[in-house]
Amino acid sequence: MKTIQQRNIWQKTLLSTATSVALASAGVMGLTATAHAQDSFKVGFVTFLSGGASGPFGVPASQGAKVVVDAINEGTLPAPYDSKGVNGLTLEMVEVDEAGGPTKQVEEYRNLVERQNVNAVIGYISSGDCLAVGPVAEEMKTFTIAFDCGTSRMFEELEDPKYVFRTGLDAVADNVGAARYLAETRPDAKRIAGIQQNYAWGQDSWQDFTLAMEQLMPEAEIVNNQTPQIFQGSYGTEISALQTRRPEIVHSSMWGGDMESFVAQANARGLLAQATALLTTGESGLHRFDGQAPNGTILGGRGPFGGFMPENDLSEWFSKAYEEEHGTPPSYPASKAAQAILALKYAADNSGADGVPSSEELAAALKGAKFESVSGTVNMGLAGGHQAVQPMLYGEYHFEDGQAELRNVKSYAGDCVSAPDGYNAQEWIKEGFPGSSCD
Amino acid sequence: MMKADRTELSLIGVAIAVAIAAQFSPNWLVFTLTLAISTGLVVMGVVMLMRAGLVSFGQGLFYCLGGYAVGLGGRFLGITDALVLIGLGVVATVAIAMILGLLVTRYREIFFAMLSLAFSMILYGILVKSHGLGSTDGFGVVDWTLLWFDSETSDGANMALMLAIAVALVIALFLNRYFKSSIGLACEAIRENEVRVEYMGISRQQILYINYVIAAAIGSVGGSMTALAAGHVDPTMAYWTISGEFVFIAILGGTGHVAAPFIAALIFTLVRTYAVELAPNAWQMILGIVLLLIILFLPKGIWSLFTRKKGAAS
Repeated sequence: MKTIQQRNIWQKTLLSTATSVALASAGVMGLTATAHAQDSFKVGFVTFLSGGASGPFGVPASQGAKVVVDAINEGTLPAPYDSKGVNGLTLEMVEVDEAGGPTKQVEEYRNLVERQNVNAVIGYISSGDCLAVGPVAEEMKTFTIAFDCGTSRMFEELEDPKYVFRTGLDAVADNVGAARYLAETRPDAKRIAGIQQNYAWGQDSWQDFTLAMEQLMPEAEIVNNQTPQIFQGSYGTEISALQTRRPEIVHSSMWGGDMESFVAQANARGLLAQATALLTTGESGLHRFDGQAPNGTILGGRGPFGGFMPENDLSEWFSKAYEEEHGTPPSYPASKAAQAILALKYAADNSGADGVPSSEELAAALKGAKFESVSGTVNMGLAGGHQAVQPMLYGEYHFEDGQAELRNVKSYAGDCVSAPDGYNAQEWIKEGFPGSSCD
Repeated sequence: MMKADRTELSLIGVAIAVAIAAQFSPNWLVFTLTLAISTGLVVMGVVMLMRAGLVSFGQGLFYCLGGYAVGLGGRFLGITDALVLIGLGVVATVAIAMILGLLVTRYREIFFAMLSLAFSMILYGILVKSHGLGSTDGFGVVDWTLLWFDSETSDGANMALMLAIAVALVIALFLNRYFKSSIGLACEAIRENEVRVEYMGISRQQILYINYVIAAAIGSVGGSMTALAAGHVDPTMAYWTISGEFVFIAILGGTGHVAAPFIAALIFTLVRTYAVELAPNAWQMILGIVLLLIILFLPKGIWSLFTRKKGAAS
């Protein structure tokens, strides 16, 4: 009796193993079969589809990218992108989840290029992933666009890049821009405090902001900085600590859910009645605060994205198309993703290639180029033509009759907030922004 | 001189077969295999502790130390030779494990698990606070060399795999003998009944201490290999979810054989990467279901498939 039972279990196990192996191999074969159809251009799109950064950033970015990809394939984009496809080819997008850390992203990047045979890769919100993937992209000679990650170390560590581009600004621009906005609109502010998530982004942001403040508002005193854990969610202690220091301005680089919870809690606790919050990524909450942030709160959108998009054919089309599909206006991650896809289309259309453009042809077309985007004309003017220079914008949040809008918006030219080539960003700030022109 | 037994011969055979097969494999598979072998090494350390009845939720500590030794050694000491970098990691890790071991080997069960977890999270916290080391972003590993090869000029991915296979083979051969040695057997005895072991005149403290330090050194080698292959280190290597992953793979493979952790690590990595590809929005669910099924049908780990077959044949 016992032996029969054992054998039954054993047979079942064998059967289930065999089935799973068969299914897996069928999947592999099916995928390799479809990968070689070369009347299409395949792009890997890597962004957070799970975890804390997926809600505010990853999913809107993926939606923004899809809206543009669909329009490219239908040929419904406004000029100069009104031709169908990229270089006449259907644009096919493969999505990959960015969750799991840099080592896993290096693995998935290799899989995208060598197993899924993508022609280009666009993606990466996390700075750690950008730093890890950059050298691999160069090694594998694959055209790659970083659309969002903000580390200023990216092109400092990647010497003489050939295949890696970034179509957004780095975090230095966010914080120099923030300091410039304060110097212009709140020149009398004396007590400045901060609250940052305790990881690289928060630490870098606060360092750049305080360095810039020393230059631009030397009278102002930095009274406090709180560093709660990322995804902490509850900020009672930090808010109390900030309140006892009576700040006039509270700078925060917190993003997504953390930023929104901090604003809601700080507002309820009265901190935002005594101090004005300056949120460098606050734009992603523009249509989500619903009046929970006091009027006058200073918001940034990491450049001319989301609510800061200038009025042009592309941005009007994008806002309308995105809102039709997803019921809310696009936030900055969505616009940045759209911009990276447009950069790819620009590079492919101008590559002069017959059929599928190679990574070399795409890189040559985008290097140092000026292309039209939802954020106006993008100038790939830094890091030897691999990094975008764009203006940085800040504005005040106002909520009236159920409508949120940005007022008192100020724009700072690209070379006013970004270090020129050859400068370490922090050295550039310390030396008093040499070579910047801000008028 | 002990004669090579069947297990050793088959380990060598498999290593050579994998090395040859890799020459005809696509590049992505070579890379995935390198990562799986590196992970397998760290899992070996977890298995060593499991054999002594201890579950470590902090093996990421040694994994991270090995990785950062490679990163820092290349960046600040100018060392580029892979073997020297791995050695540097082992020396640093053994030094730290010898101190921590004095404390943690006094504890058992959940207390050991929590203490080991706490130490790895302390390292995580220190690294996150180290702004000069890139905080959570980490930093890149320099281009490395191996004896007379150069990872820049020759095929770096293939070279990393060859190194990983060689290192893993040496460690597997060592552990195969270690498990049968008096210390290895004493570890299992401690799991079964500590008091009896003491009555036999063996110091359980000493045995567990030696076992802990060796497990740490092997974890460090795994971390170093991962850093060399991926070219980047960051503090998540010491985060508790990574340590949890190692424990999971250890359970998946079972403690029956030195090859089990490597097979389990490879299956885990392959299932994950195909799940990511097939279902970008639900890959965690697929991974979870597959692992759940394996545990339901193979409660003693994947290795029990092989032992059952042997039983049926004889």
